[in-house]
Amino acid sequence: MSTSERSVVDGSRPPDGMPLLVLQDVYAAYGPVQVLHGISLEVAHGEVVVVLGANGAGKTTTIRSICGMVTARGSVKVAGEDVVGRRTADVARLGVAHVPQGRGTFADLSVDDNMRLGAYTRKDSGVAADIERWYEAFPVLGERRASAAGNLSGGEQQMLALGRALMSKPKLLLLDEPSLGLAPLVVQSLFERLGTIKAEGGTTMLIVEQNANLALAIADRAYVLEAGTIALSGTAAELQEDDAVRRAYLGY
Amino acid sequence: MELFLARLFDGISSGATYAAIAVALVLIYKATTLINFAQGELAMLGTFVTYVIAVEQGLPVVVSLVLAMVATAVLAAVTERALIRPFDPSNHLPLVIITLGLFLLINALAGMIWGYDPRRFPGIFPADDLYTFGIARLRWYTVGTLVTVVVLLLLLSLLLRKTKIGLAFRAVSSNLESAGLVGVRAGPTLQFGWALAAAVGTLAGVLFVSDPVRQLDPNFAQRVLIFASAAAVLGGLDSLWGALAGGLALGLVESIVVGYVEWIPSQFGLATAVFVLIAVLIIRPEGLFGSKRVERV
Repeated sequence: MSTSERSVVDGSRPPDGMPLLVLQDVYAAYGPVQVLHGISLEVAHGEVVVVLGANGAGKTTTIRSICGMVTARGSVKVAGEDVVGRRTADVARLGVAHVPQGRGTFADLSVDDNMRLGAYTRKDSGVAADIERWYEAFPVLGERRASAAGNLSGGEQQMLALGRALMSKPKLLLLDEPSLGLAPLVVQSLFERLGTIKAEGGTTMLIVEQNANLALAIADRAYVLEAGTIALSGTAAELQEDDAVRRAYLGY
Repeated sequence: MELFLARLFDGISSGATYAAIAVALVLIYKATTLINFAQGELAMLGTFVTYVIAVEQGLPVVVSLVLAMVATAVLAAVTERALIRPFDPSNHLPLVIITLGLFLLINALAGMIWGYDPRRFPGIFPADDLYTFGIARLRWYTVGTLVTVVVLLLLLSLLLRKTKIGLAFRAVSSNLESAGLVGVRAGPTLQFGWALAAAVGTLAGVLFVSDPVRQLDPNFAQRVLIFASAAAVLGGLDSLWGALAGGLALGLVESIVVGYVEWIPSQFGLATAVFVLIAVLIIRPEGLFGSKRVERV
């Protein structure tokens, strides 16, 4: 762990048992630009963990280093398997679903095809039923199932991207700035949905987010990233009480 | 009337062959987002393989064609693995150079093995006419080619829409990064695209030289590739049915417009068609049936 990190209290330790995701001393760079300077974090089974941080702190890079979308050094373990250097598709096949920044929908494919692609790695026969269940939750997606995903509004695309990610029945769900570019009401309903998914259990989440209020409200624990190192970590409740976090990220 | 019918049949006839090769180009474009210069030469090679099996080994032409389609598909899959996959797919220049090199290599190899003398190809359709109306001849070749291309497109549509590999192929061609995020491995999927395009190319090459007025030589694909590229671009470059429409449109412009507009010399048939292509692209840059990039953020 980096020396500059301070723990608010001992509650920052994740629950016992082998964590689902462990990053240990991870360095990452885009070409000559070093973005992550040795970060370490853990996410236990069933936990919702949020990474807060300003623009350029390395939040997105942290998530991308898990999925093999950036060249990383150090150790990234998903369910005990080291994934550094693996291809994105192979990490996905370990049960990692990633909703990238900008949503990453297949813009010229239909809504249906997007959902079916989410279930690409599944072998069971429940895919069609699961797609229908998501359309029941978001009727507008069901109504436009045959139209190109690129024609949907930003909020609809985010719900589609989330639905697609959940279609794989992921062990670990990574969300990169899910609220970016969405209207406040849409953001609200998105986080309500994430809260429901958490309550239903089983899906472990790592969320990178600038909207600290909403993110901390559904999170168990959080890390604060500053200039590529973990500056602070603790339970969500502790960070909500922390003066520095309140000033910098919560705005009061 | 007879003259018009004759020109119509001519236009459909050549248009359908342009369309067949355009379909192969659309497939490889979807797989690599570049025009593969070697595509035409792979088709030429497949056509020669068909010729060798049919004429020298004496198998039925259709059986020879199927064998040659399998052989070129395997060759294309190996080529993709050995020469294309090691390179970054988002950096087009090295890939274009590689396909150019392949183009020269395959062409030279074919010239070395089979020489440059034109050969009569045993057509896959009966050489006589299905129907004659004065000077207008509706040939078996014309109908057979058109039907083959339509059936090919129906099969390809089914393959791309209804199968898992088809879904993966469309995902990779739509968004490479997101395809990885849902667990689609880009390499094998693009390899499938190369193999499929090579098999379709071989079919298209055989259709082209099956016309009794044409002959087989190692350079035939280069001439066709120009028309086929124009047809593919006219149709929209990423649309399979657009390739058929583009091919037919090009063939019809070539035979009808040039037939009736007296001040256009007949040698300028294709040049005229290409000017029509340019005019269409000015009005609809995405081609007749191409997908406009729709994206909201």
